[in-house]
Amino acid sequence: MSTLEIKDLHVSIETEQGDKEILKGVSLTIKTGETHAIMGPNGSGKSTLASTIAGHPRYKVTSGTITLDGEDVLAMSVDERARAGLFLAMQYPVEVPGVSMTNFLRTAKTAIDGTAPKLRTWTKDVKTAMEALKIDAEFASRNVNEGFSGGEKKRVEILQLELFKPKFAILDETDSGLDVDALKVVSEGVNRAQDENEMGTLLITHYTRILRYIKPDFVHVFVDGKIAEQGGAELADRLEDEGYDRFQNVPA
Amino acid sequence: MTDTATHTTGEKARIGAPSISGFTEEGENLSPMNEAASPIGGAASKAHSHGGGAGIPDSSRAGRLTSYNVDDFPVLTGREEDFRFTPLKRMGGLHKNELVGVAPELVVTDANVSTLETVAMTDARVGSAGTPEDRISANAWKHAAEAKVVTIPANSTGEQVTLTYTGTSTEAAASHLVLIAEANSESVVVIDHVGSAVLAQNIEIDVREGAKLTVISLQAWDEHAIHAASHLAKVGKAAHLKHIAVTYGGDLVRLTPSAHFEGEGGEVELFGLYFADAGQHLEHRLFVDHATENCKSNVLYKGALQGKDAHTVWVGDVLIRKEAKGTNSYEANRNLVLTEGARADSVPNLEIETGLIDGAGHASTTGRFDDEHLFYLMSRGIDEKTARRLVVRGFLNEIVQQIRVPEIEERLAETIERELAATDS
Repeated sequence: MSTLEIKDLHVSIETEQGDKEILKGVSLTIKTGETHAIMGPNGSGKSTLASTIAGHPRYKVTSGTITLDGEDVLAMSVDERARAGLFLAMQYPVEVPGVSMTNFLRTAKTAIDGTAPKLRTWTKDVKTAMEALKIDAEFASRNVNEGFSGGEKKRVEILQLELFKPKFAILDETDSGLDVDALKVVSEGVNRAQDENEMGTLLITHYTRILRYIKPDFVHVFVDGKIAEQGGAELADRLEDEGYDRFQNVPA
Repeated sequence: MTDTATHTTGEKARIGAPSISGFTEEGENLSPMNEAASPIGGAASKAHSHGGGAGIPDSSRAGRLTSYNVDDFPVLTGREEDFRFTPLKRMGGLHKNELVGVAPELVVTDANVSTLETVAMTDARVGSAGTPEDRISANAWKHAAEAKVVTIPANSTGEQVTLTYTGTSTEAAASHLVLIAEANSESVVVIDHVGSAVLAQNIEIDVREGAKLTVISLQAWDEHAIHAASHLAKVGKAAHLKHIAVTYGGDLVRLTPSAHFEGEGGEVELFGLYFADAGQHLEHRLFVDHATENCKSNVLYKGALQGKDAHTVWVGDVLIRKEAKGTNSYEANRNLVLTEGARADSVPNLEIETGLIDGAGHASTTGRFDDEHLFYLMSRGIDEKTARRLVVRGFLNEIVQQIRVPEIEERLAETIERELAATDS
């Protein structure tokens, strides 16, 4: 059982007009086996939270803490965080020139586990996972994300999630840009990882439709860099009916 | 972003299907822009205008002057089409001075059946495979004191010979080599360039009927070397030349491989790999001249660049002449810019004078390795050094694996490691 704990997190980014605070005190605790959905309007800081947990250099933590089983995540470099068991499925996965998917997956797996995976079982694992996510076998020899469509990139993110077996997965708008079929395939992948790998999930989304396939235990509504309301799965249903208006119309 | 010159054409801009508009059975209908009366290159390219015959546009590679006599070439200004990227000030006078310095010494190792001769520049074999295509090459021709001739005997197989040029002088020098692969021979020739030198060099490559020759030319000079080399290849009937240029040493290297088909069924593969560091100028200009029927050419150059003012130039001229029916040709250049401040110029030129070809295409891409790539790889647990290595090795591997000489592949792997270590510091 692992715990990812975020306490009173304040995060800024540099802009031409000076530092701008995006997260204004976020506290959240996720445990193994739990699925937390973070919902909220555009610009509320959802993706900032995801990137900050992963350690993107653009985001500056001004106060607060993130710990993984008591270890200080903020003191870790980006690669150390991944090796500690954090995984970010990115909203916009980048194309990496020159590196084949096969080479990339094996190198990352080796880095995360500390030892190279056994070639025979590894090849089989990759093949099985790709089939389950309906990714064409031909993708293995292509460069990382190069020329992949938006939907293909998202599937490949979930492929990594299944293969790397992190303690916690942060899914940053994995559902955006997916058609219904792809959404289903991707959601099944996340559910498999959750069931098989003893994982906790932080699911960031703008829309409720992915929550039909991935059932959240907790729903947090993000507004203006803070959690405005929390509840169970029923809160998502309410948002589906009412939208975010009632949060945004509250005078600050 | 702005410091990266990017020329991107379609991944496969294939031409050749007769149904394409603008093509007829006789060939492409040249647009008025291409007519001889109005050179694309403007006034600068007029310098070559006396080289072309009537009706050949100035901008066409077919119109480029060739001559053994340096005085036939106008004095270079740097504005010429084929010198517009080359910093003449850094050429060590190779284009204008007397080249009377001590040329790098040539040592031949692992020769089994091949022979080495030293002959006068008046020997009949000198000039049998090529004619200088620019002023530096002609200047080298004029000043070469002697020529070395390496011959791989007819019908021999399995020869793998290494020619090592070791430079010890920084005075401008000239050198000449004739490499002859006699009929139906099969061989690999490694030409290694090390040490320090200011060198203008001609290498004639005569691939005779049915011969299969692999030439691997390594420009592995010390950091201050200046090297301008013309590789002039003549490819006989059903002959096969695989030419691999590997350039990472020297301050300025300008390599101009050109291949001319002399008989039907010839095949040329031109591969290149370059790695430019801060301040280096590495230029590769190649020319494939399809003048006979049913020949095949394939060109792929890949380059990595890092550091301030690292500059690479790649120009690929492919000319498919009217008589070259049944030609199949493809050329591509790919660059990977690893840091800010480096610049890659890439210009594929494809001229097609007949529509009766199997195919012709070209591609050029210049990509950047930036912080977002790094973040992505690191977010998957891969440390920064490994991430950079992964990208560069993967990128260059396509060329490295063409070499098939284990010692050289190993040496290149070490070189890439060393180059990357320089980025880390």
